[in-house]
Amino acid sequence: MERKAIVLNSKDNVATALAELSAGESIALEVDKNKSSVKLVNPIQFGHKFSLVDIKAGATILKYGEVIGEATKDIKAGEHVHVHNVASTRGRGDVTKEPAK
Amino acid sequence: MSFWGYPRPDGSVGTRNYVAVIPTVVCAAATARQISDNVKGTVPFLHHQGCALAPYDLELVNRTFTNLALNPNIAAVVLVSLGCEPIDIDGIAERIAQSGKPVEKLVIQQVGGTIATVEKGVRIARQMVSEASEVKREQFDESRLMFGSECGGSDTTSGLGSNPAIGAAFDILVKKGGSAVFSETTEFIGAEHLLAQRAVTPQVGKQIVGMVRRYEERFLEKGVDMRGTNPTKGNIEGGLTSIEEKSLGAISKGGSQPIQEIYEYGERPKKGGLSIVDGPGYDAPSLTALAAAGSTVIFFSTGRGTPLGSPFVPVIKVTANGLTYEKMKDNIDFYVDLARKDNINEIGKTLYEEALKVASGKQTKAEILDQSSYNGIFIVGPLA
Repeated sequence: MERKAIVLNSKDNVATALAELSAGESIALEVDKNKSSVKLVNPIQFGHKFSLVDIKAGATILKYGEVIGEATKDIKAGEHVHVHNVASTRGRGDVTKEPAK
Repeated sequence: MSFWGYPRPDGSVGTRNYVAVIPTVVCAAATARQISDNVKGTVPFLHHQGCALAPYDLELVNRTFTNLALNPNIAAVVLVSLGCEPIDIDGIAERIAQSGKPVEKLVIQQVGGTIATVEKGVRIARQMVSEASEVKREQFDESRLMFGSECGGSDTTSGLGSNPAIGAAFDILVKKGGSAVFSETTEFIGAEHLLAQRAVTPQVGKQIVGMVRRYEERFLEKGVDMRGTNPTKGNIEGGLTSIEEKSLGAISKGGSQPIQEIYEYGERPKKGGLSIVDGPGYDAPSLTALAAAGSTVIFFSTGRGTPLGSPFVPVIKVTANGLTYEKMKDNIDFYVDLARKDNINEIGKTLYEEALKVASGKQTKAEILDQSSYNGIFIVGPLA
């Protein structure tokens, strides 16, 4: 069976769609031989992300096993994860606040 | 595992056996190309630098010529100078000769014009090719290889498939004791703190953060904020949420091993393992930085597809975009099929095996289609 979404690291709490996915669809996932399945809350476009688990507002979003931002609101498993519910922690703002080296 | 490579007098091992014809200034480029056009087995390195340079750029260009010539894939070197450029042609030739590599310099203003220089250059190059052709491939441990990686014409699939697969191949080589290098400083912005965490010492970590900041500041001085405008509108439409996500996708082409040291553009790593060379994201001068660093096989990750190769180093084109692979099969060597059940590490292993074949002599598409003579050299500027 062809894979519809990819989880890049076993620490990740998001997957990335490899096709156009519909709301209500159950997506089979596998990372490091661990299998799971998530039912999508929203339609997810190719290249976009969805949550693998419930994520609380303020919690970190992990992809590649690294922090790619923070949830700005509660996110349910299977929900679209993008700029509407995630904020970068590395934009211009945090850099200008850092002390000069 | 092992590969078949060319032993060099300085102890390095090449994957190719070229005689390089290197103009030391753009004014000598056409003459250098005419020498190369007439001698099979030579490769020219064409660029438009060599004059009107600020002192820091002059130093950069001098070391780039020197270290390119020292690349193990080159058996012998013909330097073609105009004569009035500020490049330290004697110093470069001396450094090449110290490595045991045959080198000759031709100065157009001294030899007396293009025709006389081409005639002399063709005779010299012919003799060098004849001698180089007697060097035979020998079996070497894979740890004697140095990989480089580059991404260009990127799309969503680059960060998901081709970059991570290249990173996995990097990890295999570095764990076996080999060397690897990646560059493209502008693509670290937003993820430099993660690269810094992988540095072998806090000092190297600070240097990584400083290198990224220096690059950003060059743009800020001109009123351009690279951090604030990333990810772009198109990136967001494609699914990228934050600058750190975008940069993580790019730096995954460097694998996950500890970062030993960082180097300036045109420098050659002194330590084994994984290194970073400072440089632009612009593909052509970035490939030059990887070649000058001593890479003997380069992986080039692409989403949209690009023909560009490197004059002295075989470039393996990798895409994870199925449509691009079908459309650009003439140029793409390796397809990362994300829909397959294999995980990225397994795909990376297959890519690594392909790299060993290429190291042993298998021709890449960029080599076969001769997409390789023009890479150019990065400078900070301004030009005088």
